[in-house]
Amino acid sequence: MIFRRKKDTALETTGENAIANLEVAGLSQRQIVLKRFVHHRAAMISLFTLIFAITFVFSALDNTIFFIHYSGWWHYSFTDTPELLVCKNGAIGCPTISLNPFSGQFGLGDHPFGQDNIGHDYFALVMRGAQRSLLVTFIIGAIAGTIGTVVGAIAGFYRGVVDNILMRFVDFLITIPSIIIGSVVGYHFGNLGITFLAFYLGLFAWTGLSRLVRGEFLSLREREFVDAARVAGASNRRIIFKHILPNAVGVIIVSVTLLMSSAILLETALSYLGFGVIAPDVSLGLLISNYQDAFTTRPWLFWYPGLFIVTIALTINFIGDGLRDAFDPRQRRRITKKDRQEATRIKRERESLS
Amino acid sequence: MIAYISRRIGVLLVILFGSSFLLYNLESLSGDPTEDLRLSLDPKAKYELLQLIHQLDLNTPAPIRYFKWLKGLLGVFTGHINFGLTRDMHSVTSELSGAIPTTLRLVTGSALIALVLGLMLGIITALRQYSRFDYVVTFFSFLMFSLPIFWVAVLLKEFLAIRFNDFLGHSQIGIVWILLFSAITALFWAGVISRDSMRFVQILVGVFVVNFAFLELLNAVHWIQNPRLGPIVILLGSIGVAYGVTALSTGLENRSALRASLVMAGVTTVLYYPINWVFKKHSSGLIIFILALLTVATAVAVGLALAKIDRGPVVRTTVISSLIMGGLIFIDRLMQSWKEYLTQDGVYGRPIPTVGQSDPLLSSSDFWINTMDRFTHTILPTVALTLISFAGYVRFSRGTMLEVLNQDYIRTARAKGLNERTVIMRHAFRNTLIPISTIVVVDLAGIIGGAIITERVFGWHGMGTLFNQAIRSFDLNLLMGVFFVTATLSVLANLVADLLYTALDPRIRIGGGK
Repeated sequence: MIFRRKKDTALETTGENAIANLEVAGLSQRQIVLKRFVHHRAAMISLFTLIFAITFVFSALDNTIFFIHYSGWWHYSFTDTPELLVCKNGAIGCPTISLNPFSGQFGLGDHPFGQDNIGHDYFALVMRGAQRSLLVTFIIGAIAGTIGTVVGAIAGFYRGVVDNILMRFVDFLITIPSIIIGSVVGYHFGNLGITFLAFYLGLFAWTGLSRLVRGEFLSLREREFVDAARVAGASNRRIIFKHILPNAVGVIIVSVTLLMSSAILLETALSYLGFGVIAPDVSLGLLISNYQDAFTTRPWLFWYPGLFIVTIALTINFIGDGLRDAFDPRQRRRITKKDRQEATRIKRERESLS
Repeated sequence: MIAYISRRIGVLLVILFGSSFLLYNLESLSGDPTEDLRLSLDPKAKYELLQLIHQLDLNTPAPIRYFKWLKGLLGVFTGHINFGLTRDMHSVTSELSGAIPTTLRLVTGSALIALVLGLMLGIITALRQYSRFDYVVTFFSFLMFSLPIFWVAVLLKEFLAIRFNDFLGHSQIGIVWILLFSAITALFWAGVISRDSMRFVQILVGVFVVNFAFLELLNAVHWIQNPRLGPIVILLGSIGVAYGVTALSTGLENRSALRASLVMAGVTTVLYYPINWVFKKHSSGLIIFILALLTVATAVAVGLALAKIDRGPVVRTTVISSLIMGGLIFIDRLMQSWKEYLTQDGVYGRPIPTVGQSDPLLSSSDFWINTMDRFTHTILPTVALTLISFAGYVRFSRGTMLEVLNQDYIRTARAKGLNERTVIMRHAFRNTLIPISTIVVVDLAGIIGGAIITERVFGWHGMGTLFNQAIRSFDLNLLMGVFFVTATLSVLANLVADLLYTALDPRIRIGGGK
């Protein structure tokens, strides 16, 4: 089945290329990327889900971001300890969420995700945990992305001694597995709060990215447009930031997204080992690790935080995949019926014009 | 070449020296191993404190102590390597040598399965890009990519161990389960393979009927209580293996390869009872190794006897297929001890354990019972690690394969009129393996130190546990021991990966660019 002969492969390819070429004719690089990304259905769904999840999670609880305090729409905070409710089957603190419209209690109820051992509202805890996890993800992404790009760009552009020193330094950092760094950092600096933890983790997470960016710069700096810019008298800084960097931005964005999705799992893993977020603050990893033994008796304590981790990591991964497809001109996109019709229409218009 | 390698090793030593020096000092600055003893009110604590300081030489400043530690390491040249002592006054060397085999046992199976499965799925999805199968596999690999391992582990413990053991308690598969299982399998395959609704219905019905009949047959012969393959299944399986391996390795039109593999299938079946007799008399790892060698020797002989001009491919095909056939006999013998294993102490009819690396109550000295015990304890961690790591291989091999398929030499191969099997297996697959082999080497080195969470969830005592313990109790020597092993493996793996790349891809010359 795998080895079915493709008789008309060559013909098909030219056909597809023709369609693809027609599709992007007259568009700038940025427009092409945008168009391809918008056409990537999984990535678009993921993008909207992620944006929705972020808004939902951050608006739920009272919070302070950049010294601006705002109050959330949820009536409990993650530190409140309301009375522990006993539900019908005798279990304590079970979820009140009901999605069955005919049960008579359709809606969220007082504790949609249930309550933990002391009575904390579990919905509030999960929201707080998701906020922390998202925060860690974005801080690590931002810091590691910046350092990795700058180091990779300098190494790739200046080559020679600078490159050698920087890349040996990278080799040096790569010898230490990220979870070891994370544990050492988390164990000793965990009490400074999650922002610091994320900051320190970001300081060590940029190595892979810098190698990729260096490779990209090494090949781009030999291109004609760089020579042209130099002849025109552009400074090194201008060449790096105005000429080469925009061309390498695809690689950077894609690997930063993948870095972020692994960052959320790293934070979860560290919290699980007890090196990450420390009580009374919560993170999704901490919630799961606290209640892993409760799976048989009170499974909701385990399911809901896991659901949020998976949703965040999955959407980020799909967005990264969509971006990779969008930035990579060699990737063939699936040619749908609609595309063919569109291509024929454009072709006809052109013919009628000429 | 030698100059290049020695330069690389030089750089590598400098890197190892630098990073271990850094970690040693960072770790000794960041915490105090005597803290709990100093704060203790126990009258003996003072004495213990002095003893600890003396044993671990804590009065020497850390940078100087580092060089003392390094001196112990340099003992590797005289055969007396010394990683120092842990806080409990055990030698770090012996702790490490106890932990490394455990970790290897934990990760080897999953690494192999993940690699084979990942490569296979990645290549098939690349060949069927944008098919329904491709979408399903892509979605699942992203999903697996996004799961925290301990979350997967808890689910596996619940569904693969506890519920599955409950299920094994019943002697028969319930009719509801048979119907449900057959229906789900049928829907899956029909959805994945079919292209139009006619085929969809055909595959749906076909898979459903086959599945249903198969499960009913298992029920009828009480297979679950007493699983075994038996000579007939082994014969049929071996013939299937012969055809499958030949189709992939040389193509079915190579008659001598097919004939040699079929001869080996016959030999396997004929030898089924004699081999079982040998196992009854002596069973040990050594015997199995000798039998495997004999199998290879026979396969080479048969291959050479039947090959006409193409000895290499025929022998290759015969050896691969006869090793798989030998594997069938091994599995059959292992299955025969299942019934006895269930009644052992500590098993009590619940064969899939949720924690531990072996059954402490097991008293049998039988080779097969012990193998079965190790096997059942490895199942859950292996499945968990495989699920997490195979997704990466699927994505990577799919991407590489797609890139290779767009190359000019593939078009040339097709234009020459080669059949699709040759184009895929000889031209595309081999070139896909080049970048994959290099990341596999690096991954394997990383996995030794990377199973920290898995070990904790499943209660194994490997490198991860040592590391965890070292961080928690500020055990500097232990931490450095674990770090040294993982870091050395990782830099060595990077070197090997670079060398491998040049060995596999003649377009790349090492050191040429410098």
